[in-house]
Amino acid sequence: MNLLDHLAIAFDAIRANPIRALLTTLGVLIGVLAVILLVGLGDAIRSYVVDTFSEIGSNLLQVRAGKQETRGTQPPSMNVRNRLTMQDVEALERRGYSLDGVSPVILGTAELRANELRRDVMVIGVGARYAELRNLNISRGRFVSDEDTASRRRVVVVGETIVKELFGPNVEPIGQAIYIASTPYRVIGVTERKGKTFGFDMDDLAFVPATAAQDLFGIETVSEILTRAKNRSTVRPATEEITEILATRRNGTIDFSINSQDDLMDTVNKLMDTLTFALGAIASISLLVGGIGIMNIMLVSVNERTREIGVRRAVGARRRDILLQFLVEAVVVSMLGGMAGLFLGFVAIQVAGHIEPALPIRLSAWNVLLAMGFSALVGVVSGVLPAIRAADLDPVEALRYE
Amino acid sequence: MTESQEASAVIELASVTRVYEMAAESVHALRGVDLEIRAGELVSIIGPSGSGKSTLMNLIGCLDRPTAGTYRLGGTDILGLDDDALARLRNRHIGFVFQSFNLLPRQTARENVALPLRYTGASASERTQRAEEALARVELKDRMEHRPDQLSGGQKQRVAIARALVTKPSLLLADEPTGSLDQSTGREILALFKRLNAEGVTVVIVTHDPAIAAETHRQVHIVDGRIVADERGAG
Repeated sequence: MNLLDHLAIAFDAIRANPIRALLTTLGVLIGVLAVILLVGLGDAIRSYVVDTFSEIGSNLLQVRAGKQETRGTQPPSMNVRNRLTMQDVEALERRGYSLDGVSPVILGTAELRANELRRDVMVIGVGARYAELRNLNISRGRFVSDEDTASRRRVVVVGETIVKELFGPNVEPIGQAIYIASTPYRVIGVTERKGKTFGFDMDDLAFVPATAAQDLFGIETVSEILTRAKNRSTVRPATEEITEILATRRNGTIDFSINSQDDLMDTVNKLMDTLTFALGAIASISLLVGGIGIMNIMLVSVNERTREIGVRRAVGARRRDILLQFLVEAVVVSMLGGMAGLFLGFVAIQVAGHIEPALPIRLSAWNVLLAMGFSALVGVVSGVLPAIRAADLDPVEALRYE
Repeated sequence: MTESQEASAVIELASVTRVYEMAAESVHALRGVDLEIRAGELVSIIGPSGSGKSTLMNLIGCLDRPTAGTYRLGGTDILGLDDDALARLRNRHIGFVFQSFNLLPRQTARENVALPLRYTGASASERTQRAEEALARVELKDRMEHRPDQLSGGQKQRVAIARALVTKPSLLLADEPTGSLDQSTGREILALFKRLNAEGVTVVIVTHDPAIAAETHRQVHIVDGRIVADERGAG
């Protein structure tokens, strides 16, 4: 007997009771579906995050007030005394030879008003290099310049959402006045539409010169300093250089911290690894349950088919023919469930792609292999015990079994 | 397998005993059986229930091994054979017919008949062809695609006989083949066995029914694990 014969017998048995085969394999079906969707989702989130980071800008370094021991991103802490100033920014611009562009960042929210229309938006005080650092493009007008910053000019660059909300589609916004906290600012530019990142509307931002933002919020410091290394390999020396320049200005005190995107990516990757692992664990549990289901039904099936086993032995089946018959049947049932799960997963991914196009969830070859490998493994593991039990039946006893 | 010159012995049992070791006691199912059955014979083994005739049939059918004594099937001593070799022997040389037919319920008559050929390595086309030939021998060619639940009791038993014949065995071994059938159908099945025997098939029928035994050429009476009479005649 070759494998094809065993496969034929397995399909005979499945054909004989298709409903039971389906119910038997439901656990594996759901397990494979879970594996596909969950692992696919984990991968999708990871690549979404990676893509988003590269869109925000590469090799960025953020200098923040306060010494942080933990890596990754934290909101600017409120109880840390902030000593980052425009002088720090200038020092980095002058002496940071490994840096490619430096910009102060001042974060705040304020009410914008134009023509009696009001909108609370995030106002970001920036330097001239900010747009370049953040991959921001200007669709109309210009971005904040060094002169704007030096002269504390009350000018503003706004996103398309703000233009739409405050001026409507028919008004040219350049040159118009927007009141920010009752002070008039002249619109000098509009940023190119960027859409949403992590659910945050990147077109609902207003950029003003950092110095103007200090006046607006009544502060003398900056929230953070944004800069970048010339390339990926110089991120580390650039970090050291920033530390040296700023520490010198503070007589050796380090009351700031520097985050690179590498740190952030490490954190995200760790998070995603944990998430993928957890999702994988859940999927494995459902496969385990599926396997137990198959083993259970196969044991019942061996019992029910005791006579059949006796007849097969009587007409010439060897022990290993019976063993293989039930083992192959378990694997076939399990893999059919796996294929059904794969198919449903494929359909679900297509549907998900239509509902949320931003999330690049897809069926990778690796996922397909993983799912089929797992369902085959589940079939073998859950089929072994029933198959051994079937093969160990004494033909005389089996033929006498009522 | 040595080929027969003329009417060679198909079955040779010498001093065969079979003891079942139970928890508390030993059950002596066979207590020294000597029996020789030659090619072309039509033999019945008759005895009351508990006489050991089922044990004897299982031994003859190579489903079981003797505790002591020798058993040669077609000249081959089965004592020295492992499980796989016994399975092969059953497949090639013995055709089983059971009281309750033992057909696979979800398969057609032809698939049931072809079952033993699955274990010979025959190709699909060969299996189909030989199954059809065997069904023709039992006059059931027009029921090939029927499943057992679409067949009458007599037809089921004829499918089972076709299955037993499909590997062209040296011996047809029937255990109460008419036990589940009404009288007239039972007679038809017996007539079929007699016809097959006339065509050259060696047939051994195990039964408790003297009326059936009387239809065979030779009756081996077994009581309490021993052969008490071995009569020839009638049939």
